[in-house]
Amino acid sequence: MLVDILRSTLPMAGSDVARDWDAFYAFLTWTSTIFFVGVVAAMVIFTIKYRHRAGHKADTEVHGNVPLEIVWTVIPTILVMVVFVWGYALYRDMVTAPGDSVEIKAIGKQWLWQFQYDDGRSYTNKVFVPVNRPVKFIITSEDVLHSFFVPNMRVKKDAVPGRYTTVWFEATAEGAHIVYCAEYCGTQHSGMLATVYAVSPEIWRRFIQGREIDENKLASGAADEVTMSAAATESKGGAERPISLIDQGRGLVASKGCVACHSVDGKQGIGPSLKGIHGAGVDFANGDHLEARDLNYLREAIEFPNARLVKGYGPMMPTFRGMVSETELTAMLEYIKSLK
Amino acid sequence: MAHTSHDGENYLNHEKGLWSWLSTIDHKRIGVMYLFTVLVFFFIGGVAAMLVRAELFRPGLTLMTADTYNKMFTYHGTIMVFMVVIPLIPSAFGNFVLPMMLGAKDVAFPKLNLASYYVWLAGALVATASLVVNQLDTGWTFYTPYSIRTSTSASWVLLGAFIMGFGGIFTSLNFIATIHKLRAPGLTWGRLPLFVWASYATAIVQLLATPVLALTLFLVVLERSTGIGIFDPKLGGDPVLFQHFFWFYSHPAVYIMALPAMGIISEVIPVHARKQVFGYWAIALATFGIALVAFVVWGHHMFVSGQSELANFLFSLITMFVAVPTGVKVFSWVATLYKGDLHFRMPLLYAFAFIFVFTIGGLTGVFLAALGSNVHLTDTYFVVAHFHYVMVGGTIMGMLAGLHHWFPKMSGRMYSEGWARVSWFLVFMGFNITFFPQFIVGSQGMPRRYYDYVPEFTTLNQISSVGAWIIGVGFVLMALYLLHALFRGAKAPPNPWGAATLEWAQDSPPPFHNFDKDPVVTHGPYDYRTSH
Amino acid sequence: MAHAPAMDGNRQYAHHFLSADHEFETSKQGIWLFLLQEVLFFSPLFVAYYVFRGLHPADWHAAAQLLDWRMGALNTVILICSSLTMALAVHGAQTSNKKKLVVNLILTLGLACGFLVVKYFEYTHKFHMGIYPAGAFTYEGLGQYPAAKLYFSIYYAMTGLHGIHVLGGMAVMLWVLKRAMRGEFNAHYYTPVEMTGLYWHFVDLVWIYLFPILYLLG
Repeated sequence: MLVDILRSTLPMAGSDVARDWDAFYAFLTWTSTIFFVGVVAAMVIFTIKYRHRAGHKADTEVHGNVPLEIVWTVIPTILVMVVFVWGYALYRDMVTAPGDSVEIKAIGKQWLWQFQYDDGRSYTNKVFVPVNRPVKFIITSEDVLHSFFVPNMRVKKDAVPGRYTTVWFEATAEGAHIVYCAEYCGTQHSGMLATVYAVSPEIWRRFIQGREIDENKLASGAADEVTMSAAATESKGGAERPISLIDQGRGLVASKGCVACHSVDGKQGIGPSLKGIHGAGVDFANGDHLEARDLNYLREAIEFPNARLVKGYGPMMPTFRGMVSETELTAMLEYIKSLK
Repeated sequence: MAHTSHDGENYLNHEKGLWSWLSTIDHKRIGVMYLFTVLVFFFIGGVAAMLVRAELFRPGLTLMTADTYNKMFTYHGTIMVFMVVIPLIPSAFGNFVLPMMLGAKDVAFPKLNLASYYVWLAGALVATASLVVNQLDTGWTFYTPYSIRTSTSASWVLLGAFIMGFGGIFTSLNFIATIHKLRAPGLTWGRLPLFVWASYATAIVQLLATPVLALTLFLVVLERSTGIGIFDPKLGGDPVLFQHFFWFYSHPAVYIMALPAMGIISEVIPVHARKQVFGYWAIALATFGIALVAFVVWGHHMFVSGQSELANFLFSLITMFVAVPTGVKVFSWVATLYKGDLHFRMPLLYAFAFIFVFTIGGLTGVFLAALGSNVHLTDTYFVVAHFHYVMVGGTIMGMLAGLHHWFPKMSGRMYSEGWARVSWFLVFMGFNITFFPQFIVGSQGMPRRYYDYVPEFTTLNQISSVGAWIIGVGFVLMALYLLHALFRGAKAPPNPWGAATLEWAQDSPPPFHNFDKDPVVTHGPYDYRTSH
Repeated sequence: MAHAPAMDGNRQYAHHFLSADHEFETSKQGIWLFLLQEVLFFSPLFVAYYVFRGLHPADWHAAAQLLDWRMGALNTVILICSSLTMALAVHGAQTSNKKKLVVNLILTLGLACGFLVVKYFEYTHKFHMGIYPAGAFTYEGLGQYPAAKLYFSIYYAMTGLHGIHVLGGMAVMLWVLKRAMRGEFNAHYYTPVEMTGLYWHFVDLVWIYLFPILYLLG
């Protein structure tokens, strides 16, 4: 009930986490309201009661009240701790993507969002996701800071050039959800809009089989109308099936000469083999240990190869900074990830 | 000289001519110079705000292009932060009032005090010079790498802010030494007016935080000129490191803005409620609690920047503790009214306005301090509304309370209470009409620094724009009645409010030397039993 | 006159102080506060140094090899000597020994010049090799270590900022020297000498930190 009153001040809740968020927001709003009304009411009552008038004098003896001061220190302390714990628990849910999430790459650039699927298809300012399945976006930027913000899902994360950040949500509502850029990025900052289309499982199934979606027909809901036939997909630029990210990455890892030193099958080489390194732990030459090598580590290993040398290897590798584009890097990392 | 006050000589008429002002080392005149300069910048920043709100009256192009709009909000923010809200209370009122409250003849280093003013002014002018070069469009936060890449004249403003920083550093150094060394006999720490406590805490924060910002901004200038690369991902640098450095200063800066305003409120309420302040030590200690915590919460500006989860956890946790001393202060102010004898004069009315809006500002701060709620609300209009409630609602309302409180002392004239009340009503109502809708439009998802917005947000934006113009009218009215008072106002008695702090023990305006006889303090700052 | 100085025996002090000692103590507190903010002023560079060193330890180590520790050590010795002569200058002032004050001030200035000359040779040598701050870095020898250029950015920023402080100190010393030669300082009044001395020790202290982290630690 208390949440419902606030509904009009919030965008539609497009996921379960968004609904949890709304409950927390309602708690904060109503607790704050009680405090605020209390303070203002006291002010108003004192204003009326102790206004200056003939014969009225101030009681100059009142200058403190220790028990009262303790109470109004302790109660807010307890309350903000409740807020902190609840806020942190909610935050954990908001940032911890389930392992089986659908992964989509999002690259921000002045002034558009580009979305890339593992099968190589990429879209500008629109992205299709399935409902009732967690979707994780791996975000970066090609130029300045941007921020990937989906109000309906209550999630937001900065796109930082030179590193990867992630955002996830599980849409429960089908339909279009607007994406804003929330970090100021220049002239067209407010025009850097995209749309998340959350589609039914049936449409999603057809989409991942390679069919294109006509987002303008999504409202009708019928899978046959929304997804183009295989033939229509072919004729609409789909004639050349896009090369999947893994295949693109395989090609790049070969053509950039990585394989000269790094095997892809686990064989010992001049450098560590790429097989199975994503997610695995590693010891470094300087004695440090990393629990799991993530995308940011692999990225660093390509751009700053000698920053953290793997134990047993020398500083031989040249940097590939500036020699691979953001999209090439995405593909290469996707390929390395696939070498299990 | 001992007869200055008797023959009508005071700090205003003791020497005449522009040069006597520009070369003065009298803290009172320097304070007045700051006040005048800051109000000029406040006008410029205010005009920019009116234009921003006019553009946002409708989605899409209303008045200006996106580039012009971006420059407009950047100047509004930069001018208001660096040239208005930060120097306003410490430098203008601090300079004027603080030495007199201490019973001192001047600040510890009067020449340095004048130098601070010129350093600050030089910085402000360098920053303003960017207007005629190629303007600025980075927002007042100068986030890298955008501030490195932008073709606008960011270096001018960065350099200007760098220079202005030193003005602030020297002023705070001066105040700390003054408070330590120049207190009148009998003015023990427990008898210090709370405005002095607030100025003291502010000065410490400013002294320690500003140099970090100064160097950081200078590094961005070097990024732009020589490609030093520390914040530039293209050269291997870290743009998030800039945010850490920037907020290490700019979060404490929020308290540089808020604490002195709180100090004024702690001064004004007892005087006009005719009553000892409630919980003197609680307020003084809360001031220091806030100042201390201010240094370790900067990361709460960066919850979605990609900083580590551990950092987010800790910064959120520590930030929560800001709420406690802030709450203590608000409760103490309200409790001071209890069993008082309330005179509804302008300073007290502005103090009421302060408590009203600052409480909203503080409570919405908790929304932003909690991690989960922050993710959705950060970088939206919710944040814009929150910090306007804190900075305008806090600092500007506090400043207006102080202005109306000390105006008779500064000018020797009384203003018209009637017009002042009309203006108060317009500013207070206009403020809430402007910024309250921004909480809603923000929680609905409208990001800040948006030139264009989806049509659903139109109504709330229009209410907000109308509110901004109401504030504008309120301020114009205020300028008129204060100007009128300056020239035609009734002569002010030495102590029109019956205050017990030392600045009121002099004529209005005070004599050039502050005190004809060196004062000896025998009672607390809010002890109205012995005085009047 | 409005701000005519007051007299305390034969010692002058500004009218808003109680005594010359009161003025001296206050000035001393002022300079300590100034030095405190100086520490904070340098701090972002130290933080940046450690952040990037943590991110790229190997690059950091490789880059540090290009600095000649002997030059750094020489400069360390020069600055420590200058601190000593500065302390002697202050002592000269405190004991009204004008000759000791003047000679040691000149020595300190000379040592400061020596420091800058060494620094000049170090800088020009690096420039010839193409070792500039990151954006203009053209040195080819550290191809494997792309973050090495950041090391030199920070090196130039730190030593440059320190160098500016040395120059500032020299300017102040020249002014103090001029006044010292006019015989303005004696056991009753030597505030500017004392303040300059404190500042100069601070400048040395910064170098004492810079030398190991830049030249030795890598």
